Amino acid sequence: MNRLLATALAAFLAAGTARAAEIAPAVVFDMGGKFDKSFNEGVHNGAEAFSKASSIPVREFEPQNDTQREQALRNFARRGQNPIIAVGFNQASAVKAVAAEFPKVSFVIIDAVVEAPNVESVLFREEQGSYLAGMMAAMKSATGKVGFVGGMDVPLIRKFACGYVQGARAVNPKVEVLQNMTGSTPSAWNDPVRGAELTRSQIERGADVVFHAAGATGIGVLQAAADAGKYGIGVDSNQNHLHPGHVLTSMVKQLDVATRTTLEAARAGTWKPGTQVLGLAEDGVGLAFDENNAPIVTAEMRERVAKAKADIVAGRVAVHDSMSDNSCPQ
Amino acid sequence: MVALELILPILAATLRTATPLLLGALAGLFSERAGIIDVGLEGKMLVGAFAAAAAAAVTGNVLLGLVAGIGGACLLGLVHAYACVTLRGSQVVSGMAINIIASGLTATLALAWFSQGGQTPPLPPGARFLPVTLPGAAALAGVPVLGPAYAALVSGQTVLVYLALILVPFSAWVLYRTRFGLRLRASGEHPAAVDTAGISVARLRYSAVMVASVLCGIAGAYIATAQGAGFVRDMVAGRGYIALAAMILGGWRPWPILFTCLLFGLLDAVAIRLQGVAVPGIGAFPVQALQALPYLLTVVLLAGFVGRAIPPRASGQPYVKER
Repeated sequence: MNRLLATALAAFLAAGTARAAEIAPAVVFDMGGKFDKSFNEGVHNGAEAFSKASSIPVREFEPQNDTQREQALRNFARRGQNPIIAVGFNQASAVKAVAAEFPKVSFVIIDAVVEAPNVESVLFREEQGSYLAGMMAAMKSATGKVGFVGGMDVPLIRKFACGYVQGARAVNPKVEVLQNMTGSTPSAWNDPVRGAELTRSQIERGADVVFHAAGATGIGVLQAAADAGKYGIGVDSNQNHLHPGHVLTSMVKQLDVATRTTLEAARAGTWKPGTQVLGLAEDGVGLAFDENNAPIVTAEMRERVAKAKADIVAGRVAVHDSMSDNSCPQ
Repeated sequence: MVALELILPILAATLRTATPLLLGALAGLFSERAGIIDVGLEGKMLVGAFAAAAAAAVTGNVLLGLVAGIGGACLLGLVHAYACVTLRGSQVVSGMAINIIASGLTATLALAWFSQGGQTPPLPPGARFLPVTLPGAAALAGVPVLGPAYAALVSGQTVLVYLALILVPFSAWVLYRTRFGLRLRASGEHPAAVDTAGISVARLRYSAVMVASVLCGIAGAYIATAQGAGFVRDMVAGRGYIALAAMILGGWRPWPILFTCLLFGLLDAVAIRLQGVAVPGIGAFPVQALQALPYLLTVVLLAGFVGRAIPPRASGQPYVKER
């Protein structure tokens, strides 16, 4: 009896210490909010999946303005949250500052590179995914004109645009790509009305497929495309379900997978600082095909995209990354 | 008719983007003509947008959404009027407070009610104001110039666009041709005179702020249920401030306000189409310059370089009865 009790006690204590050693992850989202049905939501879904599987709560913070990011990161670090995931390139400078103050806390930044011994930078090869999206758009377009609506005018979004143009040209060298950026301030991620207006202007000029990389602004882009009976292409998360039959496909960044893997690595103690680049080869980016877009995607389109993907992975086709030299081949 | 095909969409876009500015600027006009500065246009429009989208999402009825949008904006307007008229507080501070409250409150309520991170669910077509095709658009289609112009510009807008346009002559009539308008303007120029005539300045100013709130509510509903399809955090995105600029540039008068709003809408529509177009000698067209123009024009006007901006004389001053 005594022995049984002792074993039970020991087991309980072991469980207790195991729990004490559990990680306490936290996420600081980017502007646009965690339910933008796009970029932030991907991270949120990954964190959610991790917390469900491991029953470890993930704390979250949604900054309402630029100044809150650094504060939020510092607060989380001070309260013993570890690792801390910062979502979005806008947080690079904040992560850099806070990571230096808390060298024992692990930080993860998505979409930017921060060189520090306790920071993991997760990057995606958006140009590769966008290339495939551009191919889809050019194959679907009947007018030979396709559109692109970006959020804030920053190098990362121009990288999407550049990949998209290259993909479209690969299918139809004469294709005309109409490009618009929503604005040059962070509110450009949050203006669906302007997104819709930009899309309407592109459709009026003849575009019949419009790809967006604009966070919550993109909700307006997809809406306007659906209203006009044309096609939109979603971004970051799978947005095909938003307007079934009018969202041609979505250029998915596997943010959920990346988030979950990072958290699991942290839990297992195998987390490493450094830079991780996820492209087509790693399945970090790709196109979404599901029942919502099945009726509007032909087998030929899927085949050509699959072939292009294989070519890119094998290195037979090189997609230019506009961030490497700040220019896009015309 | 290539030119026509190029110009008509731009003009149609001008009408669409000018509508919320016009409604907002008319709201500011009523409020400021009565002597209450209205910096809180943005906040009231935002609450209007949220309430309209929320009610439309829940009931599936766009008219109920419009009513809710007006109601929401009026509640906020009451707060403003109470602070400015009854408590005689600073009108600019109250207006800014309203903007901040609106930004936080809408996101919080949306999160609590819909659990979609400060958004309302996307609205189905029945819960939105859709473009209406006016009779005769098909019949006139064959007529050169006039036909396409009628189809693209006059017809094919949402009801609220027509409403906003009708409100311009209506506001002018109310302000300049009715007893209410005369008293309202007097309470913004010389409230003591109004008081001497035995008319309550406080009641006049309250009603002016409420008229402004109704217009803001309509503007918000337009943004969320006609231009957009659902509420997104901070979706008014500065249109309230541009409306304020349009009102100042329009010299606190209805018809010039219509003109400035259309000008701002046109600048925006042109900027959208010129983005990325290469201009010989400059390179890519500087769209930001065009987008900053409304603010720049207002500053130039206020600084007194061109013309003069004369606000109602008693605007910003709480009215205190002399003992």
